[in-house]
Amino acid sequence: MADRFIEPDTPELRARWGNFAWTEANAAKAKDILSRYPDGRQRSAVMPFLDLAQRQVGAELNTQGWLPIPVMEFIAAELAMPVIRVVEVASFYTMYNIAPIGRFHVQVCGTTPCMLRGSDDIIETCKSRGMKKGHTTADGMWSFTEVECMGNCASAPMVQINDDNFEDLTPERMNAVLDALARGESPKAGTQDPARHTVEPVGEPTNLAAMVSANHDYRSEW
Amino acid sequence: MALADKDRIFTNVYGYQPWNLKEAQARGAWDNTKALIERGNAAIIDEMKASGLRGRGGAGFPTGMKWSFMPKQPPLDQNGNPKPSFLVINADESEPGSCKDREIIRHDPHMLLEGALVAGFAMGARAAYIYIRGEYIREAETLFAARDEAYAAGLLGKNACGSGYDFDVFVHRGAGAYICGEETAMIESLEGKKGQPRLKPPFPAGAGLYGCPTTVNNVESIAVAPTILRRGAAWFSSFGRENNKGTKLFQISGHVNRPCVVEEEMSIPFTELIERHCGGIRGGRDNLLAVIPGGSSVPLVPSADIWDAPMDFDGLKAVGSGLGTAAVIVMDKSTDIVRAISRLSYFYKHESCGQCTPCREGTGWMWRVMERLRTGDAHVEEIDMLQQVTKQVEGHTICALGDAAAWPIQGLIKHFRPEIERRIEARTGSLQEAAE
Repeated sequence: MADRFIEPDTPELRARWGNFAWTEANAAKAKDILSRYPDGRQRSAVMPFLDLAQRQVGAELNTQGWLPIPVMEFIAAELAMPVIRVVEVASFYTMYNIAPIGRFHVQVCGTTPCMLRGSDDIIETCKSRGMKKGHTTADGMWSFTEVECMGNCASAPMVQINDDNFEDLTPERMNAVLDALARGESPKAGTQDPARHTVEPVGEPTNLAAMVSANHDYRSEW
Repeated sequence: MALADKDRIFTNVYGYQPWNLKEAQARGAWDNTKALIERGNAAIIDEMKASGLRGRGGAGFPTGMKWSFMPKQPPLDQNGNPKPSFLVINADESEPGSCKDREIIRHDPHMLLEGALVAGFAMGARAAYIYIRGEYIREAETLFAARDEAYAAGLLGKNACGSGYDFDVFVHRGAGAYICGEETAMIESLEGKKGQPRLKPPFPAGAGLYGCPTTVNNVESIAVAPTILRRGAAWFSSFGRENNKGTKLFQISGHVNRPCVVEEEMSIPFTELIERHCGGIRGGRDNLLAVIPGGSSVPLVPSADIWDAPMDFDGLKAVGSGLGTAAVIVMDKSTDIVRAISRLSYFYKHESCGQCTPCREGTGWMWRVMERLRTGDAHVEEIDMLQQVTKQVEGHTICALGDAAAWPIQGLIKHFRPEIERRIEARTGSLQEAAE
């Protein structure tokens, strides 16, 4: 199991987050989320609610957001479920941050397919920039995690930073991405190989060449 | 014979063209779906059975047969009202090496949505939940948007496609748990709980999501269904060997010159797949060490056995492995093979849900021993001990994660035992030298 540690509940935490409530925009989103599940099954919304709450906390703190206990209590009340059931879910799923986190969450995939393509070098790149696994840099900018397979294996190695994936990395390309983020820019997501579009074999197409330039309809050839 | 482009189901798999409804329709998606539905559910299921499609999520269970397991008469709830049925689509693609569902979802989401309607109708489902892994953030955004397009065009929802059938599709995002790819863990997660697998029986077809009849299918299995129905079972089953029919998205990663995702016919020999699409093994054919042909959960195959193996369920079973999700992880001779497998052991340790003791404790134990074998800091007898422990984990847990953690290690010991012993001897030797 993944090692996960919940940030302790303190009076300061309670003072800061005890009055947590949806913003107007998020209240509308929460209503839409609830409509996806049958009546009486509102508990199914706990995962999207935790994600929404984490994003709201993140927006307030200008970080990736996390889930203080009082926020989980708010969700439990919204969904009429015991607090412990919310805490269980939040601590089980690794994408819920149960401790404070930085402005950028740098999640380098280190599982075998990425490892074979050089994720060690990407991890070293992060370390050489002062990042430490499982920690946030002192300026609050960079939280660094080695994560398990992210499903980008044909364009490995990769990193997910906040909501975007950056694929086909080399140390140079990784540095370029991190530099751009540090400057406040939004580097192009996806593959960082200038010769590649997505997950096709790089170079001359081996299949579906007609699709490259036009929305080809193959049905006439059936 | 290479698979012709006209016979590829996912023509926009590389995303050169927009995913949107208009462009997807121009490629053939949502083309008179009403007519498919008017064939009736029995005819649809028969056609799917005849096509020979086996589930694309790893286990390879025949898809048409799975659909037919749904009860014809819905069971009643305690008030005597009929329970609804659900289709759950497994988009929790997390198996190391697998990256195909992502391409379907971000580049051809309408094929999945149309498949959801057709499959849902065939099994009499009220709605489909697409459970997409949490890390696929942009992909989920595309899927939500595609769903909205389909609703706006009247293709989903009340009277879907004008067929008179009411069918809803909902998207549910996961949050980073590999185990939720197991069907009952996925159902638990959808119900708002920790993703811990359920004991079976009851099977989901009897009592699944919210206690209602449920079928869980992989994204690819669902997304190919409309094309199979349009072109006919005979067309689909013209590809691949007996019992291994159809086309399949292969995902080749690791030490090939051009890693990629590509749709090919089932049973394509490994050599052909690699030479045609991946530009060969890095450093040439002689540089191949081993291949994990079906995602991290299947045992590795040494280079000598893999070359001519047909890439299908039976062909890979014959070389002691499996097709799994057709995630082909290629390792050349520069690979530290013990570390490569040890890293997978860490993956399973990280992803064990903690419910069953053999898996919760065993995955951590196996990883720690693997790490010592990696550096040679072990006794030779411990190789056998590790082998025995994998046998004690395998088959003794509720779900297959324990098995999946055991098999890569068993494959390593079977094929690379001399390498493990060499490391132990090298380390013992150097320690002795230091002592003298």
